[in-house]
Amino acid sequence: MASLRTLAIALLLGASVLAQSRLREDASSGQAYGIGRTPTAEEIKAWDISIGPTGEELPPGKGTVREGAQLYRSKGCAGCHGANAVDGKAPNLKSKAPANVDVWARGRILPLRAPHATTVWDYINRGMPLNREGTLTPDEVYSLTAYLLFINDVIKEDEVLDATTLPKVKMPIGNDYASLPDWKPKTPRLKGYSAEVAPKQKQQ
Amino acid sequence: MAKRPARREFLKSGAALAGGLTLGAAAPASGQTPAGQAPASDQDHHGPSMIHEGKDLIAYGERSPRVTSVRIAHGGRPSPDNWGLTFHVAAPIQDSVGIITPSSLHYMGTTRGAFLPDVDPKEHRLMIHGLVDRPLTFTMDDLKRLPSVSRIHFIECAGNRSSRRAKNAQETHGMTSCAEWTGVLLSTLLKECGLKGSATWFVAEGSEEVKGASSMPIAKAMDDAFVAYGMNGEAVRPQNGFPLRLMVPGFEGIFHTKWLRRIKVVDRYYMNYNDFGHLDRDAKTAALSYQIGPKSVITFPSAGQQLPGKGFYEISGLAWSGGGAIKLIEVSTDGGKRWNKAEIKGTAHRMAHTRFGFQWNWDGQATELQSRCTDEIGQIQPSREQIAKYWNQPYDQTFSVPGLDNSIQPWRIASDGSVTNGFA
Repeated sequence: MASLRTLAIALLLGASVLAQSRLREDASSGQAYGIGRTPTAEEIKAWDISIGPTGEELPPGKGTVREGAQLYRSKGCAGCHGANAVDGKAPNLKSKAPANVDVWARGRILPLRAPHATTVWDYINRGMPLNREGTLTPDEVYSLTAYLLFINDVIKEDEVLDATTLPKVKMPIGNDYASLPDWKPKTPRLKGYSAEVAPKQKQQ
Repeated sequence: MAKRPARREFLKSGAALAGGLTLGAAAPASGQTPAGQAPASDQDHHGPSMIHEGKDLIAYGERSPRVTSVRIAHGGRPSPDNWGLTFHVAAPIQDSVGIITPSSLHYMGTTRGAFLPDVDPKEHRLMIHGLVDRPLTFTMDDLKRLPSVSRIHFIECAGNRSSRRAKNAQETHGMTSCAEWTGVLLSTLLKECGLKGSATWFVAEGSEEVKGASSMPIAKAMDDAFVAYGMNGEAVRPQNGFPLRLMVPGFEGIFHTKWLRRIKVVDRYYMNYNDFGHLDRDAKTAALSYQIGPKSVITFPSAGQQLPGKGFYEISGLAWSGGGAIKLIEVSTDGGKRWNKAEIKGTAHRMAHTRFGFQWNWDGQATELQSRCTDEIGQIQPSREQIAKYWNQPYDQTFSVPGLDNSIQPWRIASDGSVTNGFA
């Protein structure tokens, strides 16, 4: 009996060791669960519309201020944002304040205040036009971006924007904006703020 | 005591599917259950009338037709508007009991007014790519095979700020809600993909028409963020991101990406879409606009309610913080001169609404009620006056709290028992 029990235990142990070594095997390949499918490069490309500051995700294509001015009317932008990019139902896209005014005092104008021209491209491509999002071609997005940057005196009228030139556009804001604090678990929202604003008081 | 007859009525009518949340109509403070005054025997003798239950009510229960507490449009823009777009909608926090917001009453916010996407869960995919060894795509069935977590968390919108024009707690504080969320830790998914050493941020993106996107620190992804498919014991509601939403406990509401379809791991702040809305010149304001501060509000008695007369009341309210669990809640019944420790009801979960109570005997004199809280990392909820002093600004009715507003809410009690907004 005793030997049988030992055998059973040994078998169980063996099975569990085997199972664990399998887990380790998966771990060495990196995956603990082996769930999920590897997308193809094409699938990633089709979904990846996040255009970062380097512009590395920008698709091929190009656009001009002239084409952008036409698209601004033909695609309906003018209907919501105003014929002159001001005073429409939707946010202003051109500052009413002159260029010598501090950029932060010139209004929350995307093609003026954005820290990167890629942000303007990303915004139009993902969010415009209202209710027809995702219908603009890359050329059209390059052109509309060029037009909006031009009317805010960010680029010249003859500049052509493409995947190489767009990320290089110097935005007026420069580095004059706050980066977010380094977040860690159990961090206060702003170091030292709470103690200064609401010092600990004794209960009465 | 007042609860008992209601409960009997409830069981007799067989509508027990509706769960425990029978209180909370926009009822006067004088007793939340209209039937509360009647002795139980009287109820038994006459018996209540019946709720006629069709097949639908058997299949999916409804609350009592006598409970009328509802969400309202927030911020002066109707939802739905003339085009059918939804904007901000506030939860009836003044009627809440306990810490869970029923899914039907959970607040909702959209970035610019949006149509509710009708996402097919069979077709829905979550793609994780970028700075990982193995990009992976998960179906909803895949996600449900993975080890899960269920956690109680609040979500609060940046628009949740009190004003002197606000008439009740729904208008001052209704853009926060708390639910039990179930899903898979983002760290589990990212380990499955193999995070590269250069990863510092991630971008989360929804599948709605604008594909709303936000950048968040990878430290949050590896700490307590998760992708949620469950909400209060069932699938996440479409208004809250069905079939999948990102939970980033304690961060501003907008980061809790609804209809989540993609997570891209990156090495810098991407300045995409919603990130532009967070752009700030001042580093302090930027920091104060990210993680929710310690905040509390008295829900009973609160503006718009009426006390029937002097005597005993349990002051009740909610406290929460993006910094962790609530450690201490204090109540003042004299306009902030003296502070008394309130009782925490049940467990104070991390980044969750926490119910508090304070026993009060009202002497019938006009006064002001306030509450303030302290979280587990020692952050204390400030008054507006304290915040104005910090920013060297005059404290008057034009003062606007920089960053997310977590200031103390005063409720004024008049000698006739009416309750109004102390900022008015």
